[in-house]
Amino acid sequence: MDVRVCVPAQLRDLVGGNAVLELSVGDAADEATTVTSVLDALAAEHPALERRVRDEQGRTRRHVNLFIGAENMRDLDGPSTAIHPGQDLSIIPAVSGG
Amino acid sequence: MTMTTSPDVTQATTDATVLVGTTKGLFALHSTDGRNEFELSGPTFPGEEVYATCIDNRSGTTRLFTGSVSNHWGPVLRRSDDLGATWTEDEAAALRFPDSADASLARIWQLAPGPGDQPDVIYAGVEPAALFRSDDGGRSFSLVDGLWNHPHRTQWQPGGGGLCLHTVLVHPDDPQRLLIAISAAGVYLSDDGGSSWRASNRGIVVGFVPDGEDLEFGQCVHKVARDAGDPERLYLQHHGGIYRSDNGGDQWTAMTGIAGMDFGFPVVAHPSRPSTAYLLPLESDMFRCTPDGQCIVWKTADAGATWEPLTKGLPQQDAYLSVLRDAFTTDGQDPAGLYFGTRTGEIYASTDDGDGWRLIAQHLPPVLSVRAAPTSI
Repeated sequence: MDVRVCVPAQLRDLVGGNAVLELSVGDAADEATTVTSVLDALAAEHPALERRVRDEQGRTRRHVNLFIGAENMRDLDGPSTAIHPGQDLSIIPAVSGG
Repeated sequence: MTMTTSPDVTQATTDATVLVGTTKGLFALHSTDGRNEFELSGPTFPGEEVYATCIDNRSGTTRLFTGSVSNHWGPVLRRSDDLGATWTEDEAAALRFPDSADASLARIWQLAPGPGDQPDVIYAGVEPAALFRSDDGGRSFSLVDGLWNHPHRTQWQPGGGGLCLHTVLVHPDDPQRLLIAISAAGVYLSDDGGSSWRASNRGIVVGFVPDGEDLEFGQCVHKVARDAGDPERLYLQHHGGIYRSDNGGDQWTAMTGIAGMDFGFPVVAHPSRPSTAYLLPLESDMFRCTPDGQCIVWKTADAGATWEPLTKGLPQQDAYLSVLRDAFTTDGQDPAGLYFGTRTGEIYASTDDGDGWRLIAQHLPPVLSVRAAPTSI
C-alpha cells in the first residue's frame, strides 16, 4: 500500500526539498501496515531522513513525534501502530530542545 | 568539531582558520592579514551542538569534519573539502554502532587524524565511550572492537558530560601505539593498533572515591596532550590534579607547580617547542570558573616543573569564565597561535606563543570546541 510521509521543514533538505514523500510499503492490496514498516521503507529510500527519526537500535528519538493522522503514535500502539490507506504519517519535532 | 589539527607544524604561512563549535552551531574565524584580524562566519548547522571538529591537512588539501548533535534529530558526522563552503553527509551513516554492539551513538566527542603517512585514517571518539576508525577518509567508520569488548567497559561510569571518549593520540613514531582517554574511566593504551588495550592510570589520584590512590581505572581524565619534542612525554588534566608522564603514559606524576589549581578541562602542548604546555585552570569542581574573577593561562617551558601566568590581554577582574576540554587549541604554527573559547561565547587568541592575548569574537553561544590550522598549506 502507499503511505504518505509528511516531512518537517527542518529536514526537507535531506529529501530534495519535498514536504511529502510517497512510499510503497508491503503489497498494494494490504489493508494496513505499521509505523515500523513505514520507517523501514523510509530507511531504504531515504536513510539520512530515517536516522533523524530512529537511532541504530530502531528506537524513535525522544524528541521526535510521529503522528498517524491526528494521533500521536506514543498514545496508540507505539511503533506497532497500524496505518491504513489514506492515513498520513507525520514527522513532527517535539516542543523541546534548545 | 573537536577540531583536531594534523600534527605537522607549519611555518610557511601566517594566516589561520579557527573553527568554533558551539551549543548552537558551527562558527569559523578566518584571518587574511597574518592573524591580526579575524572575520567571523556562521552559524552553520544552527541549533546543533558541535562537540567535535577536525581540520585535516595530511593529504595536501584541507578536509574539515564536524561531529554535531541535534536535540531532536540525533548525531551526525559531516565533512567538507572546500573549507566549509559546502558540507557532505554520507547517505549511509558514516558513524554508527553495529547491530552487535546493542548501543546507539549519542555524541561525537573527538575527531582525530591518524598517522601522518596514512591520510585516510581518522579516529573518532564517541559517547557512549567507544573508539571508531575510518580507513577511507571519513566516509565510513568501524567500531574498534578491542576497546568495546574490554572487560572494564561495563564498569565505566560517566562524568558530568556523559560517558565520553574525548581524547585520541596516535604516537608519531609508531602508529600502532594509541592513547585514548575516557571520562570517567581514565587513560587506556594500545600497542597493537587498537586490538588490545590496558588501563594506564598509575599515579593519578582520584579524590571522588574513598580509596582513590591506586585505582586501575575510574579516573576522570579531562584531557591529555603530547609534548612536541618528546613523544613519550604527556601532559594530563585530571578532574583533580595535573600530571605528566615521561614514559608514554605508563606512569603519571603530579605537577605541583600551580599551587591550588587542580581543576580544569583543557591542556595544550606547544606545537613545536619541547617541554612547553598550557593550562587554563578553574577554581574547583564546585565552582567551575576562572579563580577570583581572573582569567589566567598558565604556561610551562620546563615540562611542568614551573609555571608562568599569562595575563596580558586577558580580563583580570570580574571574569568568571569557563573553558571546556576541547575549547583550547593551537594552530600548529611557529610562533604558535593559541585560541580558547568560553561558555559565555568569547574567543581569545594569542599569536605569540601566549605572551599576549586579544578578544577576536564575543557574544557567541556557549563554546564547546575550538580547533585551528593554517589557512593555506
